[in-house]
This record gives sequence, C-alpha cells and structure tokens, in this order.
Amino acid sequence: MPRHKLIASESDVSIEVDEGKDNEFSLYYVEVEENSKGGKEKQATRDGKRRRERNGEVSRRRASEKRSTEMGNKRAEKKHDKHHKTTRKEGEKDRKRPRRRNADEEEAEEESSKEKKNIKNERTKTVKLEDEKEKDVKKKRKKHVKNDEDDANPGKTKQKDCQEVALKEKKKKRRKPETTSESESHSESNSDAESKDNQAVGVLGSLTPEELEQLKEAVDERKKLITTLKGKPWPMKKKLVILRESQEFVEKYEGALGKGKGRKLYAYKVLMMKKWMKFQRDLENFKTACIPWEMKIKEIESHFGSSVASYFIFLRWMYGINMILFGLTFGLVMVPEALMGKPYGSMPRKTVPRVEEASAMNFAVLWDFGGYAKYSVLFYGYYNNQRAIGWLKFRMPLSYFLVGVGTVAYSYMVVIRTMARNANEEGGGDDTSFNFSWKTFTSWDYLIGNPETADNKFASITTSFKEAIVEEQESRKDDNIHLTRFLRVLANFLVLCCLAGSGYLIYFVVRRSQKFALEGLENYGWWERNEVNMVMSLLGMFCPMLFDVISTLENYHPRIALQWQLGRIFALFLGNLYTFIIALMDAIQLKRAEEEIVKKNMTIWQANLYNGTVPDNSTALPITVHPADVPRGPCWETMVGQEFVRLIISDTMTTYITLLIGDFLRAVLVRFLNNCWCWDLEYGFPSYSEFDVSGNVLGLIFNQGMIWMGAFYAPCLPALNLLRLHVSMYLQCWAVMCCNVPQERVFKASGSSNFYMAMLLVILFLSTLPAIYTIVSIPPSFDCGPFSGKNRMFDVIQETLETDFPAWFSKVFSYASNPGLVLSFLLLLVLAIYYLQSTSKTYKRVNMELKKKLQTQNEENKRKNKLAALKAANELEQAKKAGEQCSNSASDLGVNEESSSIDEAGHHRQAGQNGRLIHPSQSQDTQNSEPPVSSAHTTTRPPASRGHTASGHLPGHPQKNAHSNRR
Amino acid sequence: MGGTSSKLPKDLLSEYQELTFLTKQEILLAHKIFSELQGGENGPYSSRVSMQKILTLPELKANPFRKRLCHVFSTSDMKDGSLNFEDFLDLLSAFSDTATLEIKSHYAFRIFDFDDDGTLDARDLEKLVNCLTGETDDTRLTAEEMRQLISNILEESDIDKDGTVNLSEFQHVISRSPDFVSSFKIVL
Repeated sequence: MPRHKLIASESDVSIEVDEGKDNEFSLYYVEVEENSKGGKEKQATRDGKRRRERNGEVSRRRASEKRSTEMGNKRAEKKHDKHHKTTRKEGEKDRKRPRRRNADEEEAEEESSKEKKNIKNERTKTVKLEDEKEKDVKKKRKKHVKNDEDDANPGKTKQKDCQEVALKEKKKKRRKPETTSESESHSESNSDAESKDNQAVGVLGSLTPEELEQLKEAVDERKKLITTLKGKPWPMKKKLVILRESQEFVEKYEGALGKGKGRKLYAYKVLMMKKWMKFQRDLENFKTACIPWEMKIKEIESHFGSSVASYFIFLRWMYGINMILFGLTFGLVMVPEALMGKPYGSMPRKTVPRVEEASAMNFAVLWDFGGYAKYSVLFYGYYNNQRAIGWLKFRMPLSYFLVGVGTVAYSYMVVIRTMARNANEEGGGDDTSFNFSWKTFTSWDYLIGNPETADNKFASITTSFKEAIVEEQESRKDDNIHLTRFLRVLANFLVLCCLAGSGYLIYFVVRRSQKFALEGLENYGWWERNEVNMVMSLLGMFCPMLFDVISTLENYHPRIALQWQLGRIFALFLGNLYTFIIALMDAIQLKRAEEEIVKKNMTIWQANLYNGTVPDNSTALPITVHPADVPRGPCWETMVGQEFVRLIISDTMTTYITLLIGDFLRAVLVRFLNNCWCWDLEYGFPSYSEFDVSGNVLGLIFNQGMIWMGAFYAPCLPALNLLRLHVSMYLQCWAVMCCNVPQERVFKASGSSNFYMAMLLVILFLSTLPAIYTIVSIPPSFDCGPFSGKNRMFDVIQETLETDFPAWFSKVFSYASNPGLVLSFLLLLVLAIYYLQSTSKTYKRVNMELKKKLQTQNEENKRKNKLAALKAANELEQAKKAGEQCSNSASDLGVNEESSSIDEAGHHRQAGQNGRLIHPSQSQDTQNSEPPVSSAHTTTRPPASRGHTASGHLPGHPQKNAHSNRR
Repeated sequence: MGGTSSKLPKDLLSEYQELTFLTKQEILLAHKIFSELQGGENGPYSSRVSMQKILTLPELKANPFRKRLCHVFSTSDMKDGSLNFEDFLDLLSAFSDTATLEIKSHYAFRIFDFDDDGTLDARDLEKLVNCLTGETDDTRLTAEEMRQLISNILEESDIDKDGTVNLSEFQHVISRSPDFVSSFKIVL
C-alpha cells in the first residue's frame, strides 16, 4: 500500500478511535458487525484498535484540562459536530476495514512516527469532540489511573511498597499479551517506555501545578524504587527490566519538571545527584577494597566457619585501633621530640651514662631495651621538660600528657561504641521462645566450604538437637548429683589453688628480680634477667591446659564449660597482671628511695664540683661537665616502660614459639611420622591442633591491656604492638591454614563478640587504674621526663592554663574547679545516669509488652484472615457464576452492563493470573493457607465492592478481557 | 543483553551494582569465576551453567543445601537448577554481607521449602533436619526424635496453628535470631 494512502487511513482510524470509548454504543455496534464477519481479520483489527484506544485515552486524559478552559464556549457547536461525525463514520465502516488491517501489519515499523501522528490527530480532534459529561467521566478515570500509579505514595512502609510493585507487575503482565500481539520485536519495557514517551510529549506543554506535583511524586517514587530494588527478592531479569524502565521514566520526566530557570536548576541538581551517587558508590567500592586482609579472612571463613574468622576480624579491628594509637604517639610525641627537641648527648637525660657506655651497643643490652635504646625517644626518661620546643613552639610536656590521656579516652570511646552497636544488632537475642526453630533454621553456617568442617558441623548440630530434645523432655535425671557437686567443688578448689600458686610464683619472681637488679644484672645470666617475663608467659601457656584438664571433672554442658574456662583464664591473666603491677609498685618505691639518696648526693656532688674547680670566680664560664658523667636518678618511669616493653616482647615471642612448636612442628611430625608409627597419629593421640579461638582472643585482649598500661611510660609501645599484630596476622593465618584442623565443637561467632568486647572494656578499665594511680599520686622523677621538676604530672595543665591562656580564663577555671561546683556537677551526672538507666529499663519493659501484644494480635489476625479467606473463596465462586451470566447477557444489553461485565472479566483474569504465578514474594500478604486463586483475589480487592461502581478501573483493557471471556 | 566479550560492559556493571548488594570488585570476581565455570570459552552471560558445574565451586561443596540453592536461584525453564550469570549474581547478592535480613530470610525460606509449595510443612522440616544432621547414620536422628523435634518447631513457629510455617511466620522467627544474618553468608 502506498505511503500516503496508509497515512490517510490512519488518520481516519484515529477519528474513529477518538470516539471509541466515549460512545461505546456505536463502537460496540461496530464490533458486533465484525463478529458477524468473524475470522482472523476481526482479531487483528481489534488488537490494533484497542491499542490505539489506549493511546487515545492517554491523550484525551491529557487534553482534558486544556479542554476545561476552552470547552465552555464551544460546547454547543461540538455536540452538533459529533453527531454528524458518528453518522458519517458508520457509513464508512466497511470501506475502512481492509485498510486498517494493512495498517496493523506495518505497525511495527511505523510505530513511532505513527504514534506521534496519532497524538496530534487525537488531540486536535478530541478538543472538538468532547462534551462535558465525558469530561467528568474521564477525569474520574484519570484519577483512577494516577492512583494506581502512585499507590504507594502515602504508604511508605516496605510492605506497601512491595504490594504496590506487585500491583504494577500485575498490570504489566496484563498488558503484555497485547504488546506482543502488536509487535513481537518490541519488548515489554520498550512499549511501556513508548507510551510514556507519548505521555511526556503530550504532558509537557500543558501541566497544572498539581499535576506537576503528582509527576514529581511519581518520579520520586521511581527513584525510591530504584534504590530499594536490590532489596527485592526477584530474579535479576525482572529487576533489570524494572530498573531500566524506571530510569528511563525518571530521565524523561526529570528534565521536564520545573520551568524556565527552575528547570535548569532542577536538571543541574539531578545531574549533581547522579554524580554524587556514583561518587558514593565508588567510594564504597574503594573502602571495601581498602580493608586489609579481606581475602585472607574470607578464605579462613570458608574453611573454618565464622567463629575462627571472628578472631581474625577481631585482630584486624585491634590493628585499626592500634594504628590510631600509634599515630597519636608517633605523630605528636616521638617525631616532634626527635626533630625539634635537643639532640642526643646534649643533656644528661639524653646521654648514656659513663658506666653503661661500654656495653650500650651490645645486642643483648639493646634486645633488653637498655643502652642506647633506653636513652632514646622510645622511653619517657628521654623527654625534656622544656615548655616549648623548636621554632613551632611545640608544647612538648603538654602534648605528652594529652596524648597519654587521649589514647585512653579514645580507646574507651571506641570500645563502648562498638559494644553499643553490637548490642543494637543483637536486639532481642535473649528471646528464647524460638529455641528449636532457631536451631533448625539458622544453625547452618553457609560460609563453611570445607568438608571436614561440614562434618563437624553436622555432628554438632545433631548433638544440639538431641540435647535440646532431652532438655525439653526434662527426662535427664542426674543419677549421682552428690558426686557431680563434689567434683565441681573440687575442680574449683584446684583452679583456685592454681591461681594462687601462679600469683605467688610471679610475686616471688619479681621480688627476686629486684634483688638481682639491686646487685647488678651483669653478674647473672640470661635466665635471671628474663625470669619474670618467662615465668609469666609459661604460666599463661600451661595454666589454661591445666584448667582444661580440671574442667573435665565438672561435667558441664560444653557451652557452660567454655564460659567457665574463659572466666578462669581471664582470672589467671588478670591475677598475673596485677601481681606484676604490685611488684612493679614495690620497685617504684625502691627506686624513689634511691632517688632521694641520689638527690642528696647530687647537691654534694655539685658543691664539690663548684668548690673544687672554680674557687671564687663567678664570672667565669660555667663548668662544662660531659653529660655522661653527671650523676642521675634511677628514673622509675623509664623502668616501668622498660618492664612493659620487655613483657610485650617476651609475650610475643612465646606466642610465636608456641605457634611454631605446638602447631607447626606437631603438624609436621604427625604428618610425616604417621607412616611409620604404631598407631594412627592423625586421628589418635596427638592429632593436629585445633585453633583455640577463645584463648587467642584472650591473649590479644591482655596484650592490649598491657599496651594501655605501659603506653604512657613507653611511647614506643603502640608501634611495637602494631608490628606484633601485623606479624601475627600473617603468621596465624598461615598457621591456621596449614596446620590446624577445624574445631570439633563449632561455635557461632555472633553471640560471643560482645562478650569479648565486655572483657576488653574490663581490661581497659583495670589497666587504666594503675596508670592513673601512678600519674596522680606519685611525683615524677626530678631529672628525667617531660614533667621533671613538677610536683605532679598533671601540673602541666595548670601551668599551661596560667601561662598560655589569658588571665580571665584561668580565673574562670579556678572558680569552676572549686569543690562545690565539682561536687554538684558530679551529683548531676549521677542523677542523669540514674534517670537514663531507669528510662531504658522502662523502654525495655514496654518493648517486651509490645512484643507480646504483637504476637497475640498476629495470632488473632491470622485467625480472622483464615475466616475471611474462606468467605472470599465462596463469594468468588458465586461472583464467577454471576459474571459469566452477566457477560453472556451483555451482548444484548447496553453500555452499562457491558462495562460491568468487563470489570468482572478483568478480575477473573487477574485472579487467574495470580493463581498461576503464586509464589512467596507475591503472596506475602496473603496467608498461603487459602487456595491460591481466592487468595490473590482477596488481596486485590474485597469481593463486595467489586462491580458496577468501579467501572473503568482498568483503562484500555476491559474490551479485550470482555471478548476473551465471552469467547 | 548479549555480547560475547569476557569483560562486562560498563553500563551493565553499574546496573548490576545498583541491583545487588555486591561491590564492583565482587561482581567482577563473580564474573571471572562464572566464566571459568563456563569452561574457558566465554559465552554470552545469558548462557547457563549446569547445576553439576555450579556445585563444584568450593564455596558450595560442603553445603547441604547446595542443590536447593541452585533450584531456588535458577530461572531456567527446564527446572534443572542451571544458573546463568544473573542468577549467579542474585545468589551472591542474597548471601552477601550487606544484604538485608528481609531478603536473606526470604531466600532462606525458599531454600527450606523443598516442595516449593509456599509453606514449610512437616515433610519440609524433616528434610531440612536431615540436611542439617548429615547423611551418615550415626548423626541422623531417630524417628521418635524427629517427630518430637518437628512438633516442637511447629509449636514455636506456627503461630496460626495450621500445621505449617509460612513465610511471614518464618520471617518473624528469623528476625529475632541473633546469628542468622552472620551465618547466612557465602563469599567467593
């Protein structure tokens, strides 16, 4: 068919279409006629017409508000016009049909151009052809459509969102057959986009503010959909389609929104938003790429499950914290002192004394952190008490003090914040009402990728099931409760003995080492010098094993046994640490006594110096004594720092050596001797070692405690710890992967994380106590460290306030710090804490009550829903029959009847479709217990309200549905 | 869709990022692994990889639900559990670190729903427990224990007392569990 003819035919068609839906009577008449002609032709024409009708309706909707302004004066004339047209059209009908069919065939290619034309045609025509009644009807209809589209706008909750999206889905599904029949090559999204395209073209010119608002809402909603799309349990294909569609929609309309300058601004905003989103996503990617050791941990996770991995995650977290601590001490204390402070050898505290000079460079001495290492930025004693150093006037003593306080404060903050977050995540985890369900539904650790671990997991799950069943039945009667009790008491007694023994041993060793130190370490060997640390490390190594043996006496449930074990090890470590600290305190007292003597000697020495060399000449140059020769005090702070550094070093060494011997060597021996041994080594006695998560975590925690305690006196400690953690990470990862076997009892990681955090907090508190005590109550050494010459270390604050701040500030400060104010402030704090605590308690209670309420309500709702579903199913059956009758009789009835039957049919279709597609995602809101068809039905609309009143609910579709139903 | 190159097109990659809980690196890694599974020749990523091949992944080797996983995430019309790249991404997304509890619990439910009828009934639960306790006889529960266990589970979770656990009940139970989210994870 020639082009021009085609176009002409189309314009003709569109005339008819314009009137199509509005005067259904005539259109229906046409169709009856077609029916009589029958065959394929009918099908094709109907399809084409329906689609055009849809377009026509869209354009009509758009035009309606334009009409509302223009319409008033033209009404009479139009009415006349329309009558004329309808009559003409009927005459033409037979002539038109073949042409229409041709048009349908070429529709696919001509789609876009034609539709534009259609719109133009339709718009011009409709303006002329409508009357007021129709306008009202259409307005209603339009609202309906809009409502459908913007369904979720008021309901912000997720579920509603879901429903809404599901609804959209349904709509699309319904539309799908048409589009495919229209043109196979056009995908669903395409056709959708096209219709929107039309809409966009039409809409932009004539939009009222309200419509703009609505459009904006629609766009916003699409955007929201895009962001929430990944949270929807749909297959990717569907998500992709929806995403593209929504993006297209948003793109189309976003530019259209706003007017004039506003539009530009809006477009700019949108652009920036897009850029920002992309930036955020890239940042997120970058961040995850920056997390160190992710792959290593994941590998371990897949081999050993989440509990072993949790140790490494904890280790990494610790590493992060220590990184910050290191940054603080290194950046604000060590580097400034090294760069701007007086250089080495300029004063006595920065010089190795004459007696030690000979051995100061020996490796053994350096390894012990004596000699040059002792007189360096690594330790407290090296720092000068000069108020400001360098050209920056860097306040060294103040900085030293504040960094000391800051590290502790930061640690508290981080630990407490993490704890709070964990507690948040755990939420109502203490709820034990779903014991069995949790065991079944959540006990499998999907991370496990190692068959051996999986076997262990199977076994542990089975045991837990069996135990739970037994506990539930409460049939387990303790056959000999007295024996168990006796054994438990005995076990605790033994453990207490162990603890006391280890405490005494440490105390004894520390005292002995002090005696050695007094007599001079040079006379003793390596063992005597490192006795304390070695004993502590050995105790830390062997006592837990002992406890493990003892705990077999007790016959506890494994989980409880683990808790006991952890508690005991904790007590042991804590006891050891505190014994160590007490012994150290003794040492401090000794040093201070020594210092007093040195002070006295110092004055004598100085007097001698002056008297001896320069008799009566005060104008002469001051005597220059080499700083190495100046007598000096023992500097207890450096001593404390040294002790801690040694402790850390020896602890690290023991850990690594046990790792190498206990794990690696054992694994090697077991592996290679197994071939020539009389029993099976791999599954028999020694076997491979398991990775001891709790022990390792405890070790890490105590190590951190020592860092916190010693960091004030040895600024190098965080750096050392960083090094240690770094090496540990690699070494332990390697050791785990190559020589450990998965645990037999596989524990969950999540439950214990806050338990570890709580321990860390306790340790933090306990380790800051002695540090604070020494800072507050012991006067600093007179000739070393940044605070020398002051009465107390914190005097540096007061000094700064007095000299570096204006006078009024220190006045205010002194007023503020008077006891009356401080006390009342403390009282206020206590009151606030009490208030907050009681409110949180109330909230908890209210929460619990709400939970209960929710549960009961849920049950009630379920019951109600069940009843409703049954009822609905019955009604549906009746409605179906009624609908069939209706549609059968519709062929001889008027417009109203038909529209109602259409509606019915639409519902059947819809329901049927849902029944086919029923699926958890879509039937979320339905109760699943009902028959699928009825369930879908009840959700879409209550059966009672269906029918005549809601005609036109499904614009564009009813015609087809009606026919498909009728046939 | 389409394209036979081994690299993902940029726009598709960004769309995948938008639609999954995975980061760019993870998607690329997944793509790499998937194309290895496809067996060297880089077919279009709409092509499918059979379930047997998917199950050779070390991450799934030891998982008792591996077959269910494939069936749930497969969009294949043949119901053979074969996955294409997008299904594979869906799987990884649902099992990723950042996926929401909602989506995790949804897929968990479908995995446990062995007969795909939309509810967990006693037979589903029995199969589930058998999966959890392993195949060997010494770890398997006796019939009596099984009966007891299932009745206990239903006692707790079946709020409307219709003899089955449906999705909302399941999500209700799961959402209170402290360690579901941390264990319902698979990482490549």
